[in-house]
Amino acid sequence: MRLDPTIVLTILGMALVTYAARAGGFLIVQWLPIGPFARRFLDHIPGATFAALIAPAVFAGGPLEWTGVVITAAIARYAGNPLPAMLAGVAVVAIGRQLGAG
Amino acid sequence: MPVTFSRQGAVRGALDVLPLTVAALLFGMAFGLLSAEAGLSVIEATLMSALVFAGASQFAAMQIWAEPVPVVTVILTTFAINARHLVMGAVLAPWLRPIGRLRALGSLFLMVDESWGLSVAKMKSGATDAAYLAGSGATLYMVWATGTIAGRLSGGLVPDPAAFALDFLPLALFLALLMTFWRGPGSLVPWLTSAAVAFAADAAAGPGWPVLLGAIAGALAGAVTDSRREYTRP
Repeated sequence: MRLDPTIVLTILGMALVTYAARAGGFLIVQWLPIGPFARRFLDHIPGATFAALIAPAVFAGGPLEWTGVVITAAIARYAGNPLPAMLAGVAVVAIGRQLGAG
Repeated sequence: MPVTFSRQGAVRGALDVLPLTVAALLFGMAFGLLSAEAGLSVIEATLMSALVFAGASQFAAMQIWAEPVPVVTVILTTFAINARHLVMGAVLAPWLRPIGRLRALGSLFLMVDESWGLSVAKMKSGATDAAYLAGSGATLYMVWATGTIAGRLSGGLVPDPAAFALDFLPLALFLALLMTFWRGPGSLVPWLTSAAVAFAADAAAGPGWPVLLGAIAGALAGAVTDSRREYTRP
C-alpha cells in the first residue's frame, strides 16, 4: 500500500488549485463590489455553461443522439422538473444503441 | 424569504441528484481503472478522488501521468480544467452569503457541475434552502469515492457507461436544465455563442477550455445584448 511523496504532493497541488477555483469565485464577489454589467454576466453564466458543456458532445453525436437531444429538450420545455426529460432521452439513446442504431 | 440551511434542503438535493449517481459510480470506476493503468496505488487513487473530486481533471491527469510524475504540468492542467468553478461559485453567492462562512466553504468543496446545475435551477426557481447544494454534492462525493475504490477492486471489470447510454445522462441533465432557463428567442444569443466557442475550442484545445471559453463568451454575449437592449428602449 504505497503512498509516494511526489504523488501525494501532486494530489495536494491538484486539490489546492481545484478548491481555489471552487471557493475563489464566491470569495471574490464577496469582497469586490460588482456592477450591473458583471451582474448580468453572472446571470448568463448558468445557461452559457450548460450550452458549453453539451455542445461538443451534441456536435460529435450521430442521428440517434440528436433524436435523444430533441426529445429531451421537448419534454424539458413543458415538464416541471428535468427528470422525466433526462430519463426519456437516455432511454431513447440506450434502446437505439441496443437495436444497433447508434 | 430568508435563505436557510436545513436537513430538508440537503435531503432534497440528495434525492434530486440520485438519477446521476449511477453514472457517477461508473465514471468513478473508470477512473479507478485508469489510475491502476497509470501506476497509482489504491490509496493514492482514493486520495485523489477524495481531495480533488473533479472527474474531468482527474481523467486528464491520468492521460498525462508518467514516470517521473510531471507535477507542475498536472497541477496547471488541473487548474485550467477546473477554472470554470470560479464563476460557478460566484453565481451561487445569493445562497452562500447568508449561511455563514464555514457552511459556504464546506458546500463549495462539494460543488461539481451536476450539483451546481441543479442548485442554480433550484435557486432561480425561488427555493431558499441552501443546504441543497451540500446535499447533492455530498451524495455525488460519496458515490465518486466509492466508485474509485470499486474500480480498483473490480480487477478491470468495469461496466462500460456507454452501454446503457449513461454517457448521455449528463448531457441530458444539462440540456433539460437549460430548457428551464428559456426566456424566448433572445436566450439563443448567449447559448449559441457559447456552443460555437465551445465547439471551436474543442477542436483546437485540450479539456476544460471548451467549457471555460464557451461559458465566458456566451455570458459576455448575453450581458452585452442585455445592455444594448436597455439603451435602445424608448
